[in-house]
Amino acid sequence: MRARFDPVAPSLGEKLARLHWPLVALVTLLGLVGYALLYSAAGGAHSPWALRHGIRLIVMLVVMVALALVDLRRIFKLAYSIYFAVLALLFIVALFGEINKGAQRWIDLGFVQLQPSELMKLALVLALARYFHSAYLDEVRRPLFLLPPVVMILLPVGMVLKQPDLGTAVMIAAVGTAMLFLAGAALWKFALAAGLGGAALPIVWSHLHDYQRQRVLTFLDPEKDPLGAGYHIIQSKIAIGAGGLWGRGYMRGTQAQLSFLPEKHTDFAFTMLAEESGFFGAVAVLVLIAAILLVGFSVALRAQSHFARLLAAGVTVNFALYALVNIAMVTGLIPVVGVPLPLVSYGGTAMLTAMLGMGLLLNAQVNQDLSIPRFPVEL
Amino acid sequence: MYQEADRSRCFRRRLLVVGGAQLALMGGLVWRLWQLQVRDHESYALLAEENRINQRLTVPPRGVLVDRRGRPLAVNVPTYRVRIVREQAKDPRRVLEALAQIITLDERRIEEVLEQLRLHRPFVPVTVREDLSWEEVARIAVRAPELPGILLDSGLLRRYPHGPVTAHVVGYVGPVSQAELARDDDPLLRLPDFRIGKSGVERTYDRELRGRAGLSRVEVNAVGREIREVDRREGEEGADLQLTIDLELQRFCMDRLADQEAAACVVLEVSTGAVLAMASVPTYDPNAFTGGLSATLWRQLANDPRHPLVNKCIRGQYPPGSTFKMITALAALEAGVVTPTSEVFCPGHMSLGNARFHCWRPGGHGRMGLVQALAQSCDVYFYEIARRVGIDAIAAMARKFGFGERLGLDLPGEMPGLMPDTKWKRERLKQPWQKGETLVCGIGQGFVTATPLQLAVMTARLCNGGRAVRPWIVRGHLAHVQEGRGLAPPPLGVRREHLEWVLKGMFEVVNGPRGTAKASALPLAGVFMAGKTGTSQVRRITRAERAIGAHKRKDRPREERDHALFVCYAPYDRPRFAVAVVVEHGESGAKTAAPIARDVMLEALRLDSAPEAPTGGRLALVEGR
Repeated sequence: MRARFDPVAPSLGEKLARLHWPLVALVTLLGLVGYALLYSAAGGAHSPWALRHGIRLIVMLVVMVALALVDLRRIFKLAYSIYFAVLALLFIVALFGEINKGAQRWIDLGFVQLQPSELMKLALVLALARYFHSAYLDEVRRPLFLLPPVVMILLPVGMVLKQPDLGTAVMIAAVGTAMLFLAGAALWKFALAAGLGGAALPIVWSHLHDYQRQRVLTFLDPEKDPLGAGYHIIQSKIAIGAGGLWGRGYMRGTQAQLSFLPEKHTDFAFTMLAEESGFFGAVAVLVLIAAILLVGFSVALRAQSHFARLLAAGVTVNFALYALVNIAMVTGLIPVVGVPLPLVSYGGTAMLTAMLGMGLLLNAQVNQDLSIPRFPVEL
Repeated sequence: MYQEADRSRCFRRRLLVVGGAQLALMGGLVWRLWQLQVRDHESYALLAEENRINQRLTVPPRGVLVDRRGRPLAVNVPTYRVRIVREQAKDPRRVLEALAQIITLDERRIEEVLEQLRLHRPFVPVTVREDLSWEEVARIAVRAPELPGILLDSGLLRRYPHGPVTAHVVGYVGPVSQAELARDDDPLLRLPDFRIGKSGVERTYDRELRGRAGLSRVEVNAVGREIREVDRREGEEGADLQLTIDLELQRFCMDRLADQEAAACVVLEVSTGAVLAMASVPTYDPNAFTGGLSATLWRQLANDPRHPLVNKCIRGQYPPGSTFKMITALAALEAGVVTPTSEVFCPGHMSLGNARFHCWRPGGHGRMGLVQALAQSCDVYFYEIARRVGIDAIAAMARKFGFGERLGLDLPGEMPGLMPDTKWKRERLKQPWQKGETLVCGIGQGFVTATPLQLAVMTARLCNGGRAVRPWIVRGHLAHVQEGRGLAPPPLGVRREHLEWVLKGMFEVVNGPRGTAKASALPLAGVFMAGKTGTSQVRRITRAERAIGAHKRKDRPREERDHALFVCYAPYDRPRFAVAVVVEHGESGAKTAAPIARDVMLEALRLDSAPEAPTGGRLALVEGR
């Protein structure tokens, strides 16, 4: 009980000893699966994807552990600043962002094309965790008290929608909603929001871009346009289905290798995995993800401070949501929204976000006994 | 503290809900994977093996080219071709070698085909040979069982019905090069057998002629065999283009030049700048290029010193010689350094410093006014007025008439020629201008060079009232010909009166008693031609040579003989056509070039009076496809 009230942080060595190494191992394992997959996607070559993925993995593992060792209170103090900084970045891309695939999403930093909308998911979790950290349930029940966090969610969602990036916008909204739910917002409010959202659907529909409408329509009936927009889903399902129980063998997935499969190195990486390693391989990866999920939730349950709880739960939900949406997408359960499989798909920002998220989770785990006063002035 | 306990209890409960939901969804995914990979595996495996969907581009027919009266100049003809599919051939080299036993197929071509096969996917057919004869088709068909992977089918081949006659204008098509692939992302270019415009109108208007690819989506099985077409999006056919060329006149020009080793002839409509004929000899047969040119023929064409592949009308740059004198005259008249009637005495040479500049006529011409100086092409008269007005004024006038710049004709590779002035020499040669050079340039020698097209444009601008016509050769899409093109060109800003004096001199050249081209007057009553001869030196004549008359000898090596030039227009009172003829090393403008120009002019006038061809052009065209 002493540690709970002790404001002095434990030493680095202590922290390292406390670190949840099995989680680090799980994360590394998932990253290695991605490496092997990208090696196969390039037809058995390190370039253009596997080597860079591997290097990023190593660098980001170090960053992850480093992030876990930072004082949680420092992160708590910086939460709003981080949120506003990322919001500013979003604003900058909207202004000067490089035109890429017809959408403004990137800031080119030279070595990596930074996608602030990805970072926003973590920033939002941080900001909301801090906001609700100081709130007891009777406050959370007050509608007016919920207004600031709802604005905090809607602001980036609106900006990302404007980019336009429907998939990421929905993801940010989903993470935000999950945070509100975990913080204890009354259930009837979610029902109300869902009702309002449903009523607003026709308006949203009329504001969607053509390609986004096409995606939704294609999802509703992929067979209607088998070679146009439905092509991705159908080819992905064929590849997964063709994998069978045991798969076609590593580097022997004909669908992917013969280039019938689009984007096999990014959003459709899981398809290739499912084709080459079959049902067992695919389920093994799902189990890996579920294991990370369970570790995350156990951290959230054990944490003493409300901030650490919400933080751990938020990043875990975010991580799992990515994986769920990606796999649901490639198996044809939901529309193609362009969400990568964390740590497996090729892509700099996606890897960065996933690993920073894991870093935050580990930090909450290392500091699970640390208590943070309700109001920052007391710090 | 109860509040803290309260919210942590609430959080725990809700976390279990969220976590449970996510785990449940993961379970759902496992179920979904089981569905796809275990329950429905067989049907998906079948789909993967047998039903792959392939996109194939359909090649639109290339636009047809017709002359001004609708006669086809470039068409597409059906041809039989033999292709090979790597996947089915198993051992393509063996199959190709077997094929070479029954049809003409050289070792080089086999290597090329094998290279192509390596570059494309195993089920993509690669063309082995086109333009097969019926007999060859039959021979292949009979042996088909011994030739796995060999396909016979028909395609369209570009054909130029008048081959060598229109080669330099129409150009030809050929396989796409790496460089062309790099700067053009049209998917059609990626097709193994696609042909792209390589020269002439085929090249300048390639985009229009090419059309847009259609897309055909076919189901293919694992070995690439097409099972059925799923759907298709029609492409856009290439546009049919009409040229300003008159095929009959073009043929006449080519025939008339045929006995020259190397020569060029351009016929322009003086009011619009439309090119009626553009002949360059020697020529080549563009049909040899479309079916893949043999290496020997290519080398032969490329290494021929008379440059058959080059369109000399726009790429040949010759000293204009005396045909340039109109420009010098106009520069002097406009500057006021000479009047149309003031005279200069010609003793046969002119001295400047310690250099001596000779007139072509050793004894000299005596007293010369402008009209007679042009008619008799007196060099001394033009030395004198060039000296008075200076090179910069001459160059400025020359540029007004189209010298020293590309005229923007819609054919590739037009050369600008060269019109030097003091600035040019200072900047390019880093030397000051010499007075003597003004004299030499004043009679169209020295640094001055021009293309036959530029000479024809100059003539047209002189006789059409001083308007800056520009040459053009494509009237437009056959569906909507731009009739207005070339009309109302801007005025050059040269005084009408001065132009008329110069034209009078040109009239005397052909029709005057002492004119240099009086032997080439038109044999027509009441229709007169005006022109100007030119004989331009290829090399400097040394004093010793001049003394013994070596520069006039017939036995000089060909490449040292003078170029023969003639420019003319007709009818004198109501100009319609301008003709420029250059005969390389033809020795004498009056004796070699002028008679050719006269005959071409006669033919142009004759065809002009013939009734304009009906709109039947479109019909002839459809058959041409």
